[in-house]
Amino acid sequence: MERAVHAAGLTKRFGDFTAVDGIDLAVESGESFAMLGPNGAGKSSTMRMISTVSPATSGELRVLGKVPDTDGPAIRSRMGVVAQEDNLDDALTVRENIMIYGRYFGLSWSDARRKALELLDFAQLTDRADAQVNSLSGGMKRRLSIARALVNDPDLVLLDEPTTGLDPQARHLLWERLYQLKERGVTLLLTTHYMDEAEQLSDRLVVMDNARIVAEGSPSTLIAEHVSKEVLEVRYPADATVDLESLGHRIEPLADRTLVYTDSGEATLAELVNSGRTPSSSLVRRAGLEDVFLALTGRRLVE
Amino acid sequence: MIAAWIVVERNLLSYRRTPAVLLSAMFEPFIFLFGLGIGLGKLIDTVEWHGEPIEYAAFVAPGLIAVSAMNGALFEMSFNFYFKLRESRTYDAMLVTPLGLRSVLDGELSWAMIRGGLYSVVFLAALAAFGYLESWWALLIPLAALLIGLSFASIASWATTFVRGWQDFDLFFLATQPLFVLSTTFFAIDVYPDWAHPIVYATPLYHGVDLVRDLARGTVAWSSFGNIAYLLVMAGVGRALATRRSAELLTT
Repeated sequence: MERAVHAAGLTKRFGDFTAVDGIDLAVESGESFAMLGPNGAGKSSTMRMISTVSPATSGELRVLGKVPDTDGPAIRSRMGVVAQEDNLDDALTVRENIMIYGRYFGLSWSDARRKALELLDFAQLTDRADAQVNSLSGGMKRRLSIARALVNDPDLVLLDEPTTGLDPQARHLLWERLYQLKERGVTLLLTTHYMDEAEQLSDRLVVMDNARIVAEGSPSTLIAEHVSKEVLEVRYPADATVDLESLGHRIEPLADRTLVYTDSGEATLAELVNSGRTPSSSLVRRAGLEDVFLALTGRRLVE
Repeated sequence: MIAAWIVVERNLLSYRRTPAVLLSAMFEPFIFLFGLGIGLGKLIDTVEWHGEPIEYAAFVAPGLIAVSAMNGALFEMSFNFYFKLRESRTYDAMLVTPLGLRSVLDGELSWAMIRGGLYSVVFLAALAAFGYLESWWALLIPLAALLIGLSFASIASWATTFVRGWQDFDLFFLATQPLFVLSTTFFAIDVYPDWAHPIVYATPLYHGVDLVRDLARGTVAWSSFGNIAYLLVMAGVGRALATRRSAELLTT
């Protein structure tokens, strides 16, 4: 089976501005792949190139084994795209949104109607089938966007920041639906600036920053490679000067607290207390992708 | 071709629940016909058309057909096109399906043309019932109305790609209002001084009005082919420009 996405030296420039700077990507068929990075890292520009609506400035790109510049319609016929901002058709009902989308993909009206029923059920929107789109909540709109993108039974689904702006409950419902898709063997490619989302949904991911890929791997290998197992977060009063230099593997001073990367947070905390450097507050947690990003770029993911 | 038709289907579907929006503009030419054509017609005996005196209302009515074809197309390719382009991002959603940009735009132009044509046909039927049509040539008026609709839709879609906010539409309609009044809709070109004739000839609605009036009166002449050529060129150039501009906005 061909690779879902293959990119080599993929570059996108807008005038003098380089949005994507020579990235390499390999998304295998059937896997769930995330692009993690802050806003402006180049994730959406990459997604637009893969969705064939934005021509690459240079580099090589193949999507589902085909070249976007020449095989755009063939690629799009096997792909579902969920944009970052909902672009549902306001003039139509929930059901009609899916049906007309099916028509765009060449389905007959009767097939489109049947498909809409199935997808409304998948998106848990059956009871809102004849509602106007504007009356839906943010989470419902996003679910409809996803349902609509599945009308052609795509092999590859692109999701640009699928849960940005949703409340926790809506996010979890959406994750659960995406998980179902993954179980069915659909290749998922998503962008996110939430590390928990990348950890939950992706088999592999790339970390993007400033138009480049700065790391690649599974969530657990990235954490193992770039940071320690645990993180001790300590706070001291603003006027205190405490030397933490020799602690753990590495320390990361932030504006309001200091992160200490260590194999055992409890042991490091005990060391501090025993040496008379008891912090005013402390927290021991598992290291995550946020820490990977911080270690790689010196900046936090969500400012 | 088929792909463009699906875009027309989308528009039919969207108006199914709000037919009032679609139908309201249908009454406009009737208002002008009764108000100006018949009302003002009481004060004007006859006007001369190709050397023959005709009733004022019969002179105005064909012009109003051309105007309604223009207005139907303009409305669709101004407000609605802008909304789908910039606000609801409907086209972005369409472009990640196998529909290409060309099909999307052609579908929208076709729908605008049909909408303009629809208004014209309804009004034309009424005119036939009132006895304002003089010739079998009038049977070709629906085709002329579609051509007028297409040419205005094409140019309007191009112009709308430059609109940056709703307030810009004031400028847009500042351009079309004089067309409505000055394109020999309400009086023949002879009333203007000679120096103004080239200006009138240069404007697009004049060619629509002149063409439909000739068909309605059975005074088809070589100039009618000139009218058709003007409108065809306008449609082709407008479509090409609109396709290029839309690509710049939507697929960069």
